[in-house]
Amino acid sequence: MEQRGLDPAPVRASPRRLRGLVVLVALLAVAAVLSLVIGARSLSPAEVWQGLFGDPGTDQRLTEITLIVQTLRIPRTVLAIVAGLALGVAGALIQGHTRNPIADTGLLGVNSGASFAVVLAVSVFGLQNPLQYMWFAFIGAAGAGVLVFGLSSLGRGAGNPLTLALAGQGVTVFLAAMTVGIAMGDKLTLNVLRYWNAGSVQGIGWNVIIVAAVFVAAGLVLALVNLPTINLLNLGDDVARGLGVNIAAGRTIGVVAVTLLAGAATAACGPIAFLGLMVAHIARWITGPDYRFLVPCAGLLGALVLLGGDVMGRLVVLPGELAAGIVIALIGAPFFAALVWLGKFRQA
Amino acid sequence: MTTTEMHSGVRVGGWSWVWRPWMVLVTVVLAALTFLVFCVSISVGDFTVELPAVFRTIFGQGERVDEFVIMDLRMPRSLIGLIVGVALGISGALTQSIARNPLASPDVLGITGGASATAVFLVTVSGGAAVTGAVGLPAAALTGGLLTGLLVYFLAWRRGIDGFRLILIGVSVSAVMQALTTWLLVLADIRDVARAQSWLVGSLDSRSWTEVWTTLWVTIALVVVVLVVSFQMQPMHFGDDVAAGLGVRYSAVRAVLLLCAVLLAGVAVSAAGPVPFVALVAPQITMRLLRSPVPPLIASGLFGALLLIGSDLIARTVLPNDLPVGIVTAIIGGPFLVYLLVRQNVKKVDL
Repeated sequence: MEQRGLDPAPVRASPRRLRGLVVLVALLAVAAVLSLVIGARSLSPAEVWQGLFGDPGTDQRLTEITLIVQTLRIPRTVLAIVAGLALGVAGALIQGHTRNPIADTGLLGVNSGASFAVVLAVSVFGLQNPLQYMWFAFIGAAGAGVLVFGLSSLGRGAGNPLTLALAGQGVTVFLAAMTVGIAMGDKLTLNVLRYWNAGSVQGIGWNVIIVAAVFVAAGLVLALVNLPTINLLNLGDDVARGLGVNIAAGRTIGVVAVTLLAGAATAACGPIAFLGLMVAHIARWITGPDYRFLVPCAGLLGALVLLGGDVMGRLVVLPGELAAGIVIALIGAPFFAALVWLGKFRQA
Repeated sequence: MTTTEMHSGVRVGGWSWVWRPWMVLVTVVLAALTFLVFCVSISVGDFTVELPAVFRTIFGQGERVDEFVIMDLRMPRSLIGLIVGVALGISGALTQSIARNPLASPDVLGITGGASATAVFLVTVSGGAAVTGAVGLPAAALTGGLLTGLLVYFLAWRRGIDGFRLILIGVSVSAVMQALTTWLLVLADIRDVARAQSWLVGSLDSRSWTEVWTTLWVTIALVVVVLVVSFQMQPMHFGDDVAAGLGVRYSAVRAVLLLCAVLLAGVAVSAAGPVPFVALVAPQITMRLLRSPVPPLIASGLFGALLLIGSDLIARTVLPNDLPVGIVTAIIGGPFLVYLLVRQNVKKVDL
């Protein structure tokens, strides 16, 4: 976007902001280590190290450890970080663009699009393997996002976040109703749908994670480009236009970024509601309203919360596991409500 | 919007209104349409009663056979649809006005989530059969919903109700309930899941007159309270400071209206299950039909009823297998909202 004579304010890395960033990254590293160590079979850090870099040789125990670390623990840890980062950034972006405190990453229809596609894949095409219907989820999320954005930008709607949000709601309920309608008549599909709805990072293969990561990377680039623009847009559309911002382009980039990020994360893990909304508010509380800090902070928080939720999910119902999406809502939401009650958040 | 037009006023004693012919016209048309669809919905079925006969029977001059078919078989279902639609529409309009947020719906107040979690718990954990009888489940779900609604209400209360705090607390509590529901469904036997799912989408099947009367009187009482109190609500759309300046005790007004919204949503849930979306979409659609800057109460209620009984009619006649009304409502209401948005964007130059 052309913004001549309008250099963004210099990014001041105040000690407080830097400290916050360092703390978040450190916490994320700790959580990642815990995620490798904790599970149905606990491993010591030394064993994890061995599993990562050692040569198992013919020792059966070492082979088993290597197998656990490399095919189970590492993929879910990486996916939790990637998806959490994506959902956190997407949550902050969607709240910044709609200026609505209850806007969540599912607002633009990506969650319902993914669910609908999964249900179609199972009931119509008879797919049973998550690795197969995952691709449908990608297509469904993207399709719903494109549909919502296309419909709401017909005519002169491109710059209007409320239109976008409501169109997203319209498409969401339509797809959600179709999803349930199909699943109710077919127990096999209903069975897949209930596990899908829980939202989990467990048991996802590298091929899916890599595709998701590529989309997330593209979304992150767009999000970064979009950050100074959101600051200006939040001064009000008139002021932003007066300062030379191309409003339609700014919103479009933001929405495409949200769709890519939330769509990729949802397609890989299933719908994880509330995470994006929660970390967006917490990030605003930590960094203040400057989106150049708020969004990265929300991304790191998102990764931390999803990873933490996944680790906790492995501990609470041993020997089974509880899906990360459920853990986040059950533990995160009361915590968040307490912060709200204490008056920590202000309206954007 | 057409805010620059001059409107003449109407004054009756100490009460006065702005006279907006378009809004009145659309509201009357909505009411007439609702009545018509209501009559059609009781006229069609396995045994079709002609419309004139329907009118005669409603006004007490029908034949015995028609009276049996209409009064005993079809009327309860359609009436429940009508009442639930009105309750949801008004509840949604109230919620969106109080929260000053077009994305808010009574779902945000915790009712739906609490009722769903309770119902699913009963169906899946206690084996189902014992409680799925007509009496147990709705009452239990209503209790769960109301308790959750009151929890949200009291958590959001801190020297009065603040819209921002209310919806954030509400989405948190709803997220917890949603997660519990999902968890219960994951743990449950797949047959129980199917049973729970059919309650979760909302349905108007097999209704009796006893249910109708309770639902009807509670709804009427609540709507009367809402209409009387909401006279004070108009200035609140300008913000708390203006409202206070105009002499509105906004804290008390908001508290009463919000409680009514919670109870109306509770009535709807207990009568038809958590029918999704009506409460969100009815105020938004009527705002656009009426060209009203704020969610209109009466018209939202009428549109909610029209949407619900219209969807039920379509589900019973046009669509192949008996889809529950909650699904058809969303399949019709979703695209209609999108259509209105698109039309508004394409036609109007500025908003």
